[in-house]
Amino acid sequence: MNHTLGLRVERRTAVLVVVMVALMLCLALLGLCYGASWASPGKVFAVLTGAERSVVISDWRLPRVLAGLVFGAALGVAGALFQNLTRNPMGSPDVIGLDAGAYTGALIAITVLSGTSAQLATGSVLGGLLVAAAIYLLAFERGFSGLRLVVIGIAVNAMVTAVNSWIVLRAELEVAIAAVGWSAGSLNGVGWGDLGIPFAIIALLLILMTTRAHAMHQASLGDAVAATTGVALNRLRLLMVLVGVGCTATVTAVAGPIAFIALAAPQIGRRLAGAAGVPLLPAALTGAVLLQGADLLAQMLLAPVALPVGVVSTAIGGCYLIWLLTKEVRRA
Amino acid sequence: MSARLTAREITLRYGERVVSTRLSLDVPDGAFTAIVGPNACGKSTLLRALVRLLRPESGHVELDGREVGGYASKALAKQLGFLPQDPLAPDDIKVRQLVSRGRFPHQSLLALWSAQDEEAVAEAMASAGVADLGDRPVQELSGGQRQRVWMAMVLAQRTPYLLLDEPTSFLDITHQYQLLGLLARLRDEGRTVIAVLHDINQACRYADHLVAMRDGRVVAEGVPKDVVDAALIKDVFELPSVIVPDPVTGTPMVVPTLQGE
Repeated sequence: MNHTLGLRVERRTAVLVVVMVALMLCLALLGLCYGASWASPGKVFAVLTGAERSVVISDWRLPRVLAGLVFGAALGVAGALFQNLTRNPMGSPDVIGLDAGAYTGALIAITVLSGTSAQLATGSVLGGLLVAAAIYLLAFERGFSGLRLVVIGIAVNAMVTAVNSWIVLRAELEVAIAAVGWSAGSLNGVGWGDLGIPFAIIALLLILMTTRAHAMHQASLGDAVAATTGVALNRLRLLMVLVGVGCTATVTAVAGPIAFIALAAPQIGRRLAGAAGVPLLPAALTGAVLLQGADLLAQMLLAPVALPVGVVSTAIGGCYLIWLLTKEVRRA
Repeated sequence: MSARLTAREITLRYGERVVSTRLSLDVPDGAFTAIVGPNACGKSTLLRALVRLLRPESGHVELDGREVGGYASKALAKQLGFLPQDPLAPDDIKVRQLVSRGRFPHQSLLALWSAQDEEAVAEAMASAGVADLGDRPVQELSGGQRQRVWMAMVLAQRTPYLLLDEPTSFLDITHQYQLLGLLARLRDEGRTVIAVLHDINQACRYADHLVAMRDGRVVAEGVPKDVVDAALIKDVFELPSVIVPDPVTGTPMVVPTLQGE
């Protein structure tokens, strides 16, 4: 164990960080090269350093690649937060209906209001928070239970998804088509204009949560030990919910509800890091790699038709879910 | 007898169920207090109220004359260490990592890990007899080893108070007496120990102060030799018995006269 800067860094976590960052850079480079026409890595570097100009690389591919990485990290962290809160690997925002709730908010912003990006963002955050509050109220009965919260969340997710279908059915045809194309979660057509505010919000939320990560890990010792070793549990939980919903809703506002990254990334990251509990950094890095990788696949599978990334992430997540369930069933 | 930690006329309830009404207790400083009583008599609930896990509906739990509810979380955690009956270990955590978590109240964002933390963890692991388990995953340990690891975590917290809810459950008889011996040593070193114990004879042997509870009330308290007699055991446990002196320590030993059903 190294003790640098007063931080205890597990060697395996350090190795994982290096490997994951390298993987992220490779996938990012691939994302910049790949497209309707292949750009050589040399050309990409030339564009990045400003030696050459290419609108395709710097204004189309670069924002998309950055969105894949940053949104993936945000979803990974949101998943880790809710899995910590519920103490359950199934307790992630996409499973308990927060994505669906954020999407409802966004749908209302498009169909009822004019659908500007500010309305989309506000609608998504409000939708996510409302669903979180509803689940919390329904699940809170003489104390906090993670499993009850997950089960109620799954039911709420089904209901909110039904509401979303109803909104789409009632909408004008053009609006409905746009909404459906976006409903799977997609990075198609993401540009610089969509990213400034979301990136700032995500950065702020992640920095805020980093300062409380130590307390979050302490809380994984159970309520009694956490409280008697000095964790202010109620305040911590509120912050975790707000950051988790904030990350999920911000991504949903731009890219729609991208499923399964938040579910799978924290657990894959935790196993790779061999770390105790569900840590945030491996979840963020794995989320970034997963989403960027899934987006590349989405572009390549039926090229030149670009699939919504949510289709690919759902397929990856489905395999993961089957594996998780069989493993849990065997253990039980 | 001075008491920094006191409960004054506290009424405790879980939802609709009232556990204790207007219960008062002074925890003698620097002593080993054992709380005994039948199942569901409110022992654990009292302990949870003392460490602020349960807020009394009325009455006060005070430390140094100040309501425990008024302390900052970490300030209280530097005074009162608590081990619940069924603590929860995160997946894949190693023994040393778990023991290190006991240092949480002494750490802050700018001082995450200090030499003092390192020393406290090493000492706690040695005291609890888990020094050689450091790199083992907690979930692979036996129940008894796990219990000692948790004990080490609470010791690493280095609190003047140790409140333990049935710390000897899951331990075989040898480890039970080792743990009680450890608690007695910690008391000798100046700490105040409060433990809920199942075995009345162990409580009589090790405790300076015995608190016998039934139906949420304190039925008797004091030095075991002075308070334990057949009438009390009948009253608290509904068990007919004779009391003989423990052949090793001379403390009261309860021998049930009940045979068969």
